Amino acid sequence: MSTSPATTGPIGLRTKPTGKRRSTNAPSPDLSHNIILYVEGVTKSFDGFKALNDLSLYIETGELRCVIGPNGAGKTTMMDVITGKTTPDTGSVWFGQTIDLLGMSEPEIAQAGIGRKFQKPTVFPEHSVFENLELAMACDKSVWKILFAKLNAVQRERIDEVLGIIGLKDHRFGKAGALSHGQKQWLEIGMLLMQDPLVLLVDEPVAGMTPQETERTAELLVSLAGKHSVVVVEHDMNFVRSIARKVTVLHEGHVLAEGTMDEVQNDPQVKRVYLGE
Amino acid sequence: MSTQTMTGQGVLIPALKADRGGQVLLALLLIAAVVVPIFNLMIPEGSFFHLSTYTVTLFGKYLCYALLAIAVDLVWGYCGILSLGHTAFFALGGYAIGMYLMRQIGPRGVYGNPILPDFMVFLNWTELPWFWEGMNHFPVALLMVVLIPGLLALGFGWLAFRSRVTGVYLSIMTQALTFALLLAFFRNEMGFGGNNGLTDFKELLGFDLKTPGMRVALFITTVIALAVGYIGCRYVIASRLGRVVQGIRDAEGRTRFIGYQVESYKLWIWVFSAMLAGIAGALYVPQVGIINPGEFAPINSIEVVIWVAVGGRGTLYGAVAGAVLVNYAKTWFTAAFPEIWLYALGALFVGATLFLPKGVVGLIPARKVKTA
Repeated sequence: MSTSPATTGPIGLRTKPTGKRRSTNAPSPDLSHNIILYVEGVTKSFDGFKALNDLSLYIETGELRCVIGPNGAGKTTMMDVITGKTTPDTGSVWFGQTIDLLGMSEPEIAQAGIGRKFQKPTVFPEHSVFENLELAMACDKSVWKILFAKLNAVQRERIDEVLGIIGLKDHRFGKAGALSHGQKQWLEIGMLLMQDPLVLLVDEPVAGMTPQETERTAELLVSLAGKHSVVVVEHDMNFVRSIARKVTVLHEGHVLAEGTMDEVQNDPQVKRVYLGE
Repeated sequence: MSTQTMTGQGVLIPALKADRGGQVLLALLLIAAVVVPIFNLMIPEGSFFHLSTYTVTLFGKYLCYALLAIAVDLVWGYCGILSLGHTAFFALGGYAIGMYLMRQIGPRGVYGNPILPDFMVFLNWTELPWFWEGMNHFPVALLMVVLIPGLLALGFGWLAFRSRVTGVYLSIMTQALTFALLLAFFRNEMGFGGNNGLTDFKELLGFDLKTPGMRVALFITTVIALAVGYIGCRYVIASRLGRVVQGIRDAEGRTRFIGYQVESYKLWIWVFSAMLAGIAGALYVPQVGIINPGEFAPINSIEVVIWVAVGGRGTLYGAVAGAVLVNYAKTWFTAAFPEIWLYALGALFVGATLFLPKGVVGLIPARKVKTA
């Protein structure tokens, strides 16, 4: 996907030309080989059950990748490993050429530029929608800095912009806990955007959404690719078909097939274990 | 806290403007600071309006408890850390000032030793333990009032939070902490007066502690400390750090995944709270005239949690209301029906949990939260 400067995305997301885009202290990944995320030979067992079994996966810079697979295929565990929640038994995970993610904590990985949206929408229910976005915003997140932090005009504008993107302008001062399920999903995507991550890991973004909401989510994710690398885990095959360029099928913690949706659907192994056709 | 401050405007002033309970509290404290000295010192004894020095000290004690309750509310109500050991920090602050007060006695002790406090002479000690050195200087003692509780909280919190101990397990550990200190301070060899603790104080900064004037001065100091402590906590809560901390309370994992070092935030608020508790203890000891290991008793820490629950947690002013109301009830009950106080306290806690989840301050009709 090509991003010409100042193009307008399908739902008004301005894809700005990016100079120094990340306002954190974290080191930026070396993307010289055009691969932003390397997952290599990762195995993780829980009580003898191999949730991930020699999993290898490469995400290109700016691509939109869909990961599908039956329950227990290891999709969520894969995200846990990438974001630092789970340490694998063997294997390596690299962010660009130089950043080893396995030695880093969750906040460090988040600061480095990998954002995550959970399967179950997790927002701060007692905070307003605005405050949720404010807290997610990329900035120096050390304790003393945050104690005296103030929003500047640019940051305010950015929050307003994201409020527009996720369609929650009218709910700005409402408590996030009072939002509908779909709105919470959107707010969480908005929080991801505020982090200004290089990689977005999105776990089942359209679960519980109406068809209209699903459609808007698809548009949003497509528009984000290019500027960000987006990895979407999803069960909804129609949704995957509508956004996917490249699909990875996981099965028993291992990559079963990879390719376009058509290629994957015609793969005999995939037909057997997953699509059941 | 749904008001958003405009760019360039401070955090504190809008927060206080939106904080009706805090305004009432600060106004009441101001009135108390003016009225109590007048009614105690200027209206003659025997007059109907005279306020006895005993009552002044009693109120002063309540306000020390109120400051302790704010410290507990800060970590429990806003960060979800249920501390059942906060009186450990309170008592350590009290011991720090108690050591200063002991050194002030000088040769006027029973044994007349100019350096050693009586209990050391009694134990046949010949020189001052190293940790008593310098405690005859008021600024050193003041520093220790915040430093010792702060360091203990730092060590304990660092170990507990980085191991991701949370919930009831953490609460049990805080109980163990205060219980361990209780046992340690009971021992004579610790050098803090053992069972009897530190008492028979005479002067603070050269002023006789027993005079009504000094009692009023201590009361006013407590009022100021409570007001400043309240405003400080309100600032912390209204800052973005306050919102992060509340985020940790509601969705700890989310906070971590948007890039906050949750452990550092917990540690910061925990240490801050412990220091506040230390200050409360330091104000308490000169007013009640004694500090002994009984202050470390686990039950005391649980009582603080009850004050906060009864008053209304997560509001700060509710903690103050709870501390004053429950302790006033305690004073009355333990005089009138001493044997049923603990039952009454238990009933109060159960009742507040069942019928007043937002505490006493939750009964006040909510004003419309300003939105725009």
